[in-house]
Amino acid sequence: MNHENPQFILFGIGFNPSNILMLFVTCLIVFLIAVASTRRLQMKPTGMQNFMEWVMDFVKGIIKNNMDWKTGGRFHVLGITLIMFVFVANMIGLPFAIVWDDQLWWKSPTADPVITLTLAATVVALTHYYGVKQLGMGKYLKSYFQPIPFLAPLKIIEEFANTLTLGLRLYGNIFAGEILIGLLATLGASSIFGLAGAVIPALAWLGFSVFIGAIQAFIFVMLTMVYMAHKVSTDH
Amino acid sequence: MLDTFVLLSANADAGFLASLNQRLNLGDIIVTVVFFTILMVLLKKFAWGPLMGVMDQRAQLIATEIEQAEASRQESAKLLEEQRALLKEARESAQSIVENAKKQGDTQREELIMAARAEANRMKESATLEIATEKEKAVAAVREEFVSLSILAASKVLGKEISEEDNRALIEETIVKAGEGR
Repeated sequence: MNHENPQFILFGIGFNPSNILMLFVTCLIVFLIAVASTRRLQMKPTGMQNFMEWVMDFVKGIIKNNMDWKTGGRFHVLGITLIMFVFVANMIGLPFAIVWDDQLWWKSPTADPVITLTLAATVVALTHYYGVKQLGMGKYLKSYFQPIPFLAPLKIIEEFANTLTLGLRLYGNIFAGEILIGLLATLGASSIFGLAGAVIPALAWLGFSVFIGAIQAFIFVMLTMVYMAHKVSTDH
Repeated sequence: MLDTFVLLSANADAGFLASLNQRLNLGDIIVTVVFFTILMVLLKKFAWGPLMGVMDQRAQLIATEIEQAEASRQESAKLLEEQRALLKEARESAQSIVENAKKQGDTQREELIMAARAEANRMKESATLEIATEKEKAVAAVREEFVSLSILAASKVLGKEISEEDNRALIEETIVKAGEGR
C-alpha cells in the first residue's frame, strides 16, 4: 500500500504531477458539471438546473445558519465552489486507483494532506482577510482579547488548531477510506476466495465512502462558514 | 569578500529550498491554490453568476407576481363592492318606480271615478232639466190644444163666427185666471 509519489522539480520547487493531474481532473469535472447544468437557464428549472439550484440553496442555508445574508452573501460563490470541489475530489478516488511504476497516479486529491491543509489554510487566511476588511484592523486585533484578555494566547493557538483540524479531518477521512478500499481490492484480487470474501465488504465500504465523502464536503463548507462568521460578525 | 558572501547566501538559499523540497511539496500548495482560484473565477463567470442571476430574476418575478395578485385582488374586491352598491341602488330605484306607479295608478283611479261620478251627475241633471222642459212643453201644447178646442166648441155653441184673434186673447186670459184661481 505504501506507494511512492511521483515528483519533479521546477524552478527549484518540488511538484507532485499526480496531485496536479488529479486537481486538474477534479476542476475539469466540477467545471463541466456546473457549466452543463447552467447552459439553458430557464425560469422554470428542469433537470440539472434544479440540482444546481438545490446546491446553491443548500450552501445559502449553511451560510444563513452562521451569519446574516448581508454579510454572508459574498461567500456564496466560495461556498458552492468549495462544496462541489471537495465532494468531487472525495468521489474521484473511489472507483479505482492507478499505480504506475509503483507510483500512485490516480487517487483523491483530498487524500493528500498537503492539498487539504492548503485548502484549510486558504480558508483560514480568507477569514482573517475578511475579518480585517469587515471590522477594521483595530476591532480585528481587539477580538483576540475578548471576552477575557488572558485567553489571547489560546485564541491565537485556536487559529492554527482550526487550520490543522479542518485540513486533517478531511485528509484523514478520505485517506483512510482509500486505504481500506485498496486493501479490500488487494484481497479481492488475491484469489477466488479472497474475491468472494471481499465483494460484500468492498461494496459496503464504497457506499460508506460515498456517504463520508458527501458528509466531509458538507462539514468542510460548514466549518468554513463557522470560522468566517467568527471573524466577520461583530457580536462574537 | 563580498562575492563570497553573495555566493554563500545563494548556496544557503539553494540549500534551504532543496531541504524544503525534501519535507514539503511547495509546488502542490501553489498548484492547489491556483487551480482552486481559477476554478472559482471560471465558475463564477460561467455558472454561478448566470444561475444566481436567474434565481434573482425568479425571486423578483415571484415578488412582482405576488404584488400583482394582491393588487388585482384588491381591485376585484373594490369592483365587487361597487357592483354591490350599484345593485342595491338599482333595487332601490326599482322599488321606488313600482311605488310611484302604484301611487300614480291609485290617483288615476280616483280621478277616473271622480270624473265618472261628475259625468253621471251632469247627465242626471241634464236629464232632469230635459224632463222639466218636455213637461212644460207638453203642458203648453195641451193648453194650446185646449184653447183651440174651447174656441171650436164655443163657436159651435154660439153658431157664429167670431174672430179668432179677439176670442183667443179673451180665452187665454180666462184660462190663466182659472189657473191662478186653482
